[in-house]
Amino acid sequence: MANPCEVEVLNNALSGIGVDEKSLVSILTKSQNEHKKSMRKGCSKFFLEDERQFERWNDSAIKSLKAEFKLFKDVVVLSLMHPWERDARLFKKALKKGPPHYNVIVEIACTRSSDQLLGARKAYHSLFDRSIEEDLASHVKGSERKLLVALVSAYRYEGPKVKEDAAKSEAKALLNAIKNNNGDHKKKAMEEDEVIWILTTRSKPHLKVVYEQYKKISAKTITEELEVELLLKETVECLCTPQTYFTRVFDTALREDAKEDAKKALTRLVATQEDVDLKGIAAKFEDKIKERVKGAYKDVLLGVLADDRQ
Amino acid sequence: MATIDVPEQVSVLADAEALRKACKGWGTDEKAIISVLGHRNAVQRKQIRLAYEDLYQEDLIKRLESELSGDFEEAVYRWILDPADRDAVLANVAIKKLSPDHHVIVEISCTRSPEELLAVRRAYQARYKHSLEEDVAAHTKGDTRKLLVALVSAFRYDGEEINTRVANSEAKVLHEAVKDKEFNHEEIIRILSTRSKMQLMATFNRYRDDHGTTITKNLEGDSGDEFLKTLRPTIRCLNDPKKYFEKVLRNSIRRVGTDEDALTRVIVTRAEKDLKDVKELYYKRNSVPLDQAVAKDTSGDYKALLLTLLGKED
Repeated sequence: MANPCEVEVLNNALSGIGVDEKSLVSILTKSQNEHKKSMRKGCSKFFLEDERQFERWNDSAIKSLKAEFKLFKDVVVLSLMHPWERDARLFKKALKKGPPHYNVIVEIACTRSSDQLLGARKAYHSLFDRSIEEDLASHVKGSERKLLVALVSAYRYEGPKVKEDAAKSEAKALLNAIKNNNGDHKKKAMEEDEVIWILTTRSKPHLKVVYEQYKKISAKTITEELEVELLLKETVECLCTPQTYFTRVFDTALREDAKEDAKKALTRLVATQEDVDLKGIAAKFEDKIKERVKGAYKDVLLGVLADDRQ
Repeated sequence: MATIDVPEQVSVLADAEALRKACKGWGTDEKAIISVLGHRNAVQRKQIRLAYEDLYQEDLIKRLESELSGDFEEAVYRWILDPADRDAVLANVAIKKLSPDHHVIVEISCTRSPEELLAVRRAYQARYKHSLEEDVAAHTKGDTRKLLVALVSAFRYDGEEINTRVANSEAKVLHEAVKDKEFNHEEIIRILSTRSKMQLMATFNRYRDDHGTTITKNLEGDSGDEFLKTLRPTIRCLNDPKKYFEKVLRNSIRRVGTDEDALTRVIVTRAEKDLKDVKELYYKRNSVPLDQAVAKDTSGDYKALLLTLLGKED
C-alpha cells in the first residue's frame, strides 16, 4: 500500500512548473503494481475513476505533463543555440503561431543590440531561405504589419548622443498621434506613420528621452496611454523601460495559473539573459522560482540566473 | 567588369611619397595625383592613406581637400574614400539638400548588395552619429518616406531560391498598381523593399511575359507625384541597374551644362564594379563612346581623372 506521504510526493513532483525527476525516479523504482494502484487512487488530479472500474490517466493531465517535461529539453536546446539562430527560430515560431504571439517578435526586435538583431536576420536567411522582413510582410495581414516589419529592419545608432529638441517635438508628435486615435477607431496609433518612424528608426537613448519628455506634456506615460494597443505598448516598454516588461513576463510565468505560453516565456528569457539586461529582475524572482519550479528545469533556471554569472 | 587599370606591382610607400611630393611646395601636381590614385583599387587606396599618415603624421584626405578645388576636388574626395564610407557621404549629401535627392538614396539602397548596404549603414552611423534610416525618415514625408526608409532598412535574402507562385501573384499586384496608376503604395513598398533581388527578377520577368512589355516601360510618361518620382528609379535599379546607370550618365552629359554630381557619382562608384558594361550599353545606345562624350563635356583635371577611371591609357 502506498502511504499518504508518497502520494503527496507524487502529486508535488508532477505539479508546478517543471517536473521533480529525482522524486519520481525514487517512487517508481520502488513501486509494484499494487503500490501504483493505490497511488493512482490517491492522485485524483491525474487519474480518474473510469466507469469500467479502472483508474485512467486524465488526458488533459498527460498533455500538461508533456509540456512540463518539455520545459527542460527546451531550455537545454535554446540555451545551447547560437543567439542568432535562437532569435531567428523564435521569430519564425512567433510568426507561424499568429497574432497572440507577435509580442515575441517585438520583444526580440526591441531588446537586442543592433548587431545582434542583424545576426538574427542573417541566421534567418540561412535557416529559411527568405528574409524575416519578407515573411513578416507577406504573412502579417493586420494593422501590426507596418510596425513589425519596421521593427525587425532597424539598425539603430547606439551612441549616447541625443538631440533634446528633436526628442521634445517627437514626444509631441506621438501625443498627437495617440490622442487622435483614441477617438477615431478606424486607424490605430500603431499604423500612424509618425509613430512608426519615430519608434523604429530612432536610437534607444533618444527614445528614452522622448519617453521622459512625453511624461512632461501628458498626464500619463506613453505606456499608460497605450493600454488598448498592447503590441504598441510592449514596443515602447521594450525600447524605453525593458525592466518593466521583463518583470511582467517573469511574474506571469511564475503564477499559479500560468499558461503554457507564459512558462515558455520564462525559458525564452532565461536562454537570452546574457544578451538582455536581466540584472536584479532574476534575483527578485529567485524565491518564487525555488518555490514553484521543480527538478532539472529549476536547477537550470537558478544556475543560469545566478548572480555571479552576470 | 571594372574599368580601372591597376598595375601588377604596387608599393604603397612609394605612392604615399609620390603624393606627398605632388602636394608639397607651391601649387599641386594634379597629374601625379591622378596617375597614382586613378590606378589604385579600394584596398590599395586605404593602404596608401595609412602609409601617408604613418610617414607624415597627416591625413591624406585633409591634405588633398586643402590642395584641390572644384569638381576635381569633389571627385578625388569621393574616389579616395572606402566604398561604404563614400556611399554614406553621398547619402548624407543627398538627404541634407533643401530638396532631397531621393533617387540617390534609391540608387545606393537598391544597387548595392545586402552586405554592402549594411556596411553603408554602419559607416553612416560612425560618421554622423545617427542611423541612415532616422535621417531619411526625418527629412522625408508620406509614402515617399515609407518607401525610402524601407529601402535603406532592407537586408534582403541574397540566395538563389525563388518562389514562382509568389512571382506570379506579385507580378499581378504590380501590374494592377501600375496600370491603374492607383498605386497601392503599401503593397508596392512591401514587395520592392523586402523581396530578394533574384525573386524580384523572377517577378519582373513574369510581368514582362504576361503583359508583353517591361514594367519600366509602363512607368514612363508624365512626371507624376513625389512617390512616382521615387518609385521609378527604384524599379529601374532593381530591374536592370546597368541600364539605369547608363541612363543617369546619358542624362548627366546631355544637359545644357553637365550634371557633375551625377557624372562623378556614377563613374566613381561603378569604376570598380560594372562600369565597363555600362560603357558598352552607352555606346550601343548613343553610338558615341562614353569616353568621348565625357571628354567633350568636361575639362581640365576633372576630365583627366574621369577618363583615367574610365580606363583610358595614360
